[in-house]
Amino acid sequence: MNANGMTLNQPVKLTRNQKFWLRVRRNWILHLMMALPMFYYVLFEALPLYGLQIAFRDYSAADGIFDSAWIGLKHYIEFFSDWEWKNIVSNTVAISFYQICAGFPIPIILALVIHINQKKFLKKLTQNVAYIPHFISVIVMVGMLNQIFHPQFGVLAAIYHELGIYTVPDIRYMDTTFRHLYVWSGVWQNMGWSTIIYVAALTGVSHELHEAAKIDGASRWKRVLSVDLPAIMPTISIMLIMRFGSIMSVGYEKVYLMQKSTNIEVSEVISTYVYKVGIAGGRQSFGTAIGLLNSAINSAMVILVNKIAGWLTDGEAGLF
Amino acid sequence: MSNIDEIQIEAENPSNEIAAPVAPVKRMRKANKIQDTRGDKVLEGITTAILVFLLIIVAYPVIYVCSASISSAGALTSGRVVLWPVEPTLSAYKVVLSMDDVLLGYKNTLFYTVVGTIFQMFMQIICAYPISKRNFQGRSVYTKVIVVTMLVSAGMIPMYLVKQSLGLIDNVWAVLVSGLIGSSNVFILRTNFRNSIPGELFDAAAIDGANEFQCLVKIALPLSKATLSVITLYAIVGHWNSYMTAMIYLPARQDLWPLQLFLRNLLISSSNIGASAQEGGGNANASNVAEATEQLRYALIVISTVPILAVYGVVQKYFKTGVMVGSVKG
Repeated sequence: MNANGMTLNQPVKLTRNQKFWLRVRRNWILHLMMALPMFYYVLFEALPLYGLQIAFRDYSAADGIFDSAWIGLKHYIEFFSDWEWKNIVSNTVAISFYQICAGFPIPIILALVIHINQKKFLKKLTQNVAYIPHFISVIVMVGMLNQIFHPQFGVLAAIYHELGIYTVPDIRYMDTTFRHLYVWSGVWQNMGWSTIIYVAALTGVSHELHEAAKIDGASRWKRVLSVDLPAIMPTISIMLIMRFGSIMSVGYEKVYLMQKSTNIEVSEVISTYVYKVGIAGGRQSFGTAIGLLNSAINSAMVILVNKIAGWLTDGEAGLF
Repeated sequence: MSNIDEIQIEAENPSNEIAAPVAPVKRMRKANKIQDTRGDKVLEGITTAILVFLLIIVAYPVIYVCSASISSAGALTSGRVVLWPVEPTLSAYKVVLSMDDVLLGYKNTLFYTVVGTIFQMFMQIICAYPISKRNFQGRSVYTKVIVVTMLVSAGMIPMYLVKQSLGLIDNVWAVLVSGLIGSSNVFILRTNFRNSIPGELFDAAAIDGANEFQCLVKIALPLSKATLSVITLYAIVGHWNSYMTAMIYLPARQDLWPLQLFLRNLLISSSNIGASAQEGGGNANASNVAEATEQLRYALIVISTVPILAVYGVVQKYFKTGVMVGSVKG
């Protein structure tokens, strides 16, 4: 360095490159920790994303992902020229809307009820009991539905018998009851669990606001309307936006289990269709194409609802 | 509404006002406590009613299933079980716990749950810790990778093809590897490491010569027990209850199936599983088989759900703090 005309007291100047590697060396343990997770993300998250291109290829196992022929939008044309698509899409949207209408407000109301009520023991008991169904697996849940609504031995049959009616309808696999069973069993399972986030938000409401309202003479109910509800409004809107982000995806796990030939007309949704066509049926690129369209609509919905939420509340609510 | 309050207080108090000078202090305090208004009392009544209703709706099916599983098959199918067990017997459990499928499924599920949860927690922790460090140079790049893959996911089939090309079909690793890192859990943990632990602790440890690995093991993890236990619970529940992963990736290896997949056959596909219960009894006619099937199914429901509820019971005390860390602070 002296040969370059620098004195020893001057700070050593490092090039950008040297600085970069110095910082890497200083944090090498953190980078090492990140290595395994990043390997996972590349392999099981990024690589499948790259594989999405088979939606526009005629995939065959012999040619592999990258050597199959390009066919453009042929899969989409095929899907939309089939009469089935309207049915599948409308089933998906109908079930999803029903789920939001039934399942979204109930946890909010329950959280408010839990917040308002003063009986500590009853509240604790109800909360803890209401969490239990959340831990029941879908298989067991559908099994329970089948048992309880069994036309011969179930609880429903017992009620019918009590009323003197001996021809009990088998509502388990009827096309008219499928949606109600699906949605309300889901509500039963998750209403308790979903209150957690709202109860947490409600406990965070500032005490000063409540005291000020009390001094102004607000009753408990008035305070719920004017203090508690506005305070949890941001939480509600975020949850609603996220919920709308999955409007086009009804989880296949439970629908698949509840499907029978008698209710397939109303129970076939996009995700079960993708599974049947793509994995069980072996038409991988057709299934991928439908799945891709599905997630594209989901993303569009998030953006749209986020815009609407921001517009309704002058930019206060909204995810991004 | 303020006048209601006043009227209420006045209505309660006139006698006390007169008695006040001579009344003992204790009694005066009690009398001066503001009573609930009529509106508040009505609200309290309505909310109590809703809570009781909720309690009944949730608890009834749960109690009924338990009662049905320990009632006799005859009492169950003739509709005599309403809430509590009738003619209690453990015969259904004896049959269920000697079924080969159930035992094999239990063994496999235990393996997936224990090993899968350990893997998952390990990966999520080493993924969350570095990105919780504000002065870690690669943080934003790594975070972006996680966020992007969280927002757009490829879906079932491309994932299947990737795993197929890695030779993971009909392989235990397919189950252990799927969902190995939950990005939302990583963010919950990151937020916890960053906001709930004072940075001074890490600084002090660094001055004492601790490296990042020691900081993680000796400071970050012990101070995050609540969040860690909740995320562990999520992982355990996820592994215990999943069936689709095994259905997709282990189609030909029945010996590797988890309990839930066997349950699917036993509970939902309508095979008369009661036949195996009747074999020893001798008089296996159709109606006996059907009756026994009902009872066995209730017992299956109970034995497959009780372990996970027990885990929840253990973790429950951390719930208040743990769940809130992830949900509210976000």
